[in-house]
Amino acid sequence: MKKKIIISVAFLFAIIILIALLTPLLVPKAIGENRLTGEYYESAGENDVIFLGDCEVYETFIPAILWEEYGISSYVRGTPQQLIWQSYYILEETFKYEKPKAVVFNVYSLKYGEPTEQSKINNRLTLDSMRWSKTKIDAINASMTEDENFLEYLIPFLAYHHRITELNKNDFEFWFKSPPNASDSGYLMQTGVVPAKASDGAPKEPLDLDFSQTAIDYLDKIKNICDANGCELILVKAPPNHPSYYWFDEYELQTEEYARKNGLKYYNLIEKENEIGIDWSKDTYDAGWHLNVYGAEKTSRYFGKILSEECGIEDRRNDAELSQRWNNNLRMYKERKETMEEEK
Amino acid sequence: MLFTSYGFIAFVAVVLVLYYVVPKKTQCMLLLAASYFFYAFSGLWNFAFILAVTVSCFIIARVIARMKAREDDTVEKNRDAWEKEERKAYRAKQKKRRLRVLVLGVIINIGILAVIKYTEFAVTNVNSLLSLFGVNKISVPSFILPLGISFFTFQSVSYLIDVYRGKTFAEQNFARFALFVSFFPQLVQGPISRHSDLANQLYEPHKFDGVKVKFGLQRILWGFFKKLVIADRIAVAISALTNTDNNYGGAYVFVLIIFYSIQIYADFTGGIDITIGIAEALGMKLAENFNRPFSSRSTKEYWNRWHMTMGNWFNDYIFMPLSVTKPLLKLSKTARSKNNRFMKGLGKRIPVYTATTVTWFTTGLWHGAAWNFIVWGMLNCLVILVSQELEPLYRRFRGRFPKLVASYPYHCFAVTRTFLLMGLIRSLDCYRNVSVTFASWGSMFTSFNWGEVFGGGLLGLGLDIVDYVIIAVAVLVVFTVSKLGEKRDIREALVGKTALSWTLTGLVLMAILLFGAYGTDFASIPSIYGQF
Repeated sequence: MKKKIIISVAFLFAIIILIALLTPLLVPKAIGENRLTGEYYESAGENDVIFLGDCEVYETFIPAILWEEYGISSYVRGTPQQLIWQSYYILEETFKYEKPKAVVFNVYSLKYGEPTEQSKINNRLTLDSMRWSKTKIDAINASMTEDENFLEYLIPFLAYHHRITELNKNDFEFWFKSPPNASDSGYLMQTGVVPAKASDGAPKEPLDLDFSQTAIDYLDKIKNICDANGCELILVKAPPNHPSYYWFDEYELQTEEYARKNGLKYYNLIEKENEIGIDWSKDTYDAGWHLNVYGAEKTSRYFGKILSEECGIEDRRNDAELSQRWNNNLRMYKERKETMEEEK
Repeated sequence: MLFTSYGFIAFVAVVLVLYYVVPKKTQCMLLLAASYFFYAFSGLWNFAFILAVTVSCFIIARVIARMKAREDDTVEKNRDAWEKEERKAYRAKQKKRRLRVLVLGVIINIGILAVIKYTEFAVTNVNSLLSLFGVNKISVPSFILPLGISFFTFQSVSYLIDVYRGKTFAEQNFARFALFVSFFPQLVQGPISRHSDLANQLYEPHKFDGVKVKFGLQRILWGFFKKLVIADRIAVAISALTNTDNNYGGAYVFVLIIFYSIQIYADFTGGIDITIGIAEALGMKLAENFNRPFSSRSTKEYWNRWHMTMGNWFNDYIFMPLSVTKPLLKLSKTARSKNNRFMKGLGKRIPVYTATTVTWFTTGLWHGAAWNFIVWGMLNCLVILVSQELEPLYRRFRGRFPKLVASYPYHCFAVTRTFLLMGLIRSLDCYRNVSVTFASWGSMFTSFNWGEVFGGGLLGLGLDIVDYVIIAVAVLVVFTVSKLGEKRDIREALVGKTALSWTLTGLVLMAILLFGAYGTDFASIPSIYGQF
């Protein structure tokens, strides 16, 4: 009997080891978006500004430029279609690692009160590389669609086992080692140029233009947690305004009203595109849905000035240790830009 | 709770552990609680139906048993006073009274099933008729079919009949009977167990037996392998092939016949493996439902090997009683008494043919309230009756060419013929529409083009080349295991070969984990028979 128990336990142990060994092979590595959350941890600690939100933040604000121009130490905690409850939990986690002076929240996700068609994929991109904690568990529970199962977050092998038939060179190369960072302090660089088209049509108005109570509740929670941590919450709407992701006047009015009621600063950068100098024939990599690095650099310079002059974010370039880290970040940012431009 | 869901696996694991931890006396109560918990997942309202069936069958069986006991008592008391004839007359009278109670029980239970399952179908057809005469339509009621109602109703009705026939005892303990009706592993898709086979196994205490638990778990794994690696992976292609918008005809119908045969086999036998495996791990032995059906050489043989518990149920409770009913026998006798060869032949056939037709009609109807199932049943009936009629011809052929008939190529021909014929008829259940099915069959003769299928068409069905390789290898593995298991259960053959046994188990487990169609990226597919 004792022998049988030992054999059974050894069998189970062998299966667990196999699963543990295969998991890093199966987890997708080719795309950068699924590493954004995880890359934060190595830079956590001394950021004065945290950008929070969806793709509009990680394609618009460049911490390297903010440092270079204004000495602002910042990080972008954005992921694809990051819904507002995910932003809240990511912020909750951020406060465990550092005490930023300001949180800049991109308000586009306020229009979503429930998971979208893409949530099943985007949930994984946002949450997979988040470190395990109660916050992550809460974030998963708040984000899961009906088709998803908590167990698949706990054991990623179950979610990605199907990739066994689609493994590529990258998967084997980075089986047991981490791939190089995909982002520059959370900014995901795109150097392509695909001009925006005037023929994209008029925006399709949704049936309900009111922000859901869920979204407002989470915005309240974001504000409260910022208050509790002595941090200023700044609302922003990034410049892209493609007809498919249109920022309607009703959204604008509700956001302005919320900001006014709660004494928050709100900057709608759609209205400032001329001041920023965005040229939609050159500054977008996907026909106006998102900014490319050139548009993002312009916006970062513009918004850095606001952070510096209106929000009082201090210039930290005198801090030798921090300068060393950021100068390194800046060098890597420039190298990446150069490489990507060469590869174009 | 689908068999292939994480929830079900966790549920079974907890039940298994608790089953061997709780005091032996309470094991069957634990199983009842677990079964009701499992059933509650399908919707609390469904409880009303399973309870109605349980309560009515429990009471009626007890009434029948009490009547029989009273009858025996009276006969015993009057042993000396009554003549043999008197005793026979009394027994016959009492039997009739018991029969009336039994009929009431059957009507109540089949009535519940009929109302829930067939009202919508019946009213829709009545409306079609009424519309011919321009009469106003009746509103069509719609019921949600409670989980496993076809299975637990048939199992309960068989219990009533068996109690009436004296083949089993009437349960005295309600909770025990409730467990017999609701035993969770077999609730969704059978097998349809007999009270005499299952009851005592359910109620008696079971000590932990490592071999049985290991065998049970291995059988569960094997079921998951068939269901997740084969059935649920190939399901995408079947759904594409049966989508009428896609207009897949000609050679694709042939592809569908093959694919659907693979899917339904892997789905149903896989589900039954999981069911039997769970019971085995709990120390019980459920009736087998399959015996390598795709190796059958004839339709009759196929139906003796496919869904055997259902076939036996229809045979024991419909075919057999019906073929010996007085009106049929009388009709047969009358026909045979005529001095005419045709009438004599007809007379001989009347009971069997009528019973066969009724049996297949009800079999079709049992599968679903739709014409495609009825036509499916009647086509099976036709094939069986025609085969029966042609039997003298076959016999002559076998006598004339004994070597050919005994040869392996002829065996392969007979097996392939049966497989394709059954697959063709089965496609009715796949398209779920009689006219679409017939049109598809027709297209096999008008636009058959293999080039279209193998010139990239197969890759347009939602499966890529890797999927086909996985399915092909898995089917080959299932076929090989089935062949190897013809003479002896493979698990038993592996006893004593510890390393080999564990290695094979590990390989099957890893194959399921890596190649199984489960998780967020695959649609959860309920068992096909669970929908009947």
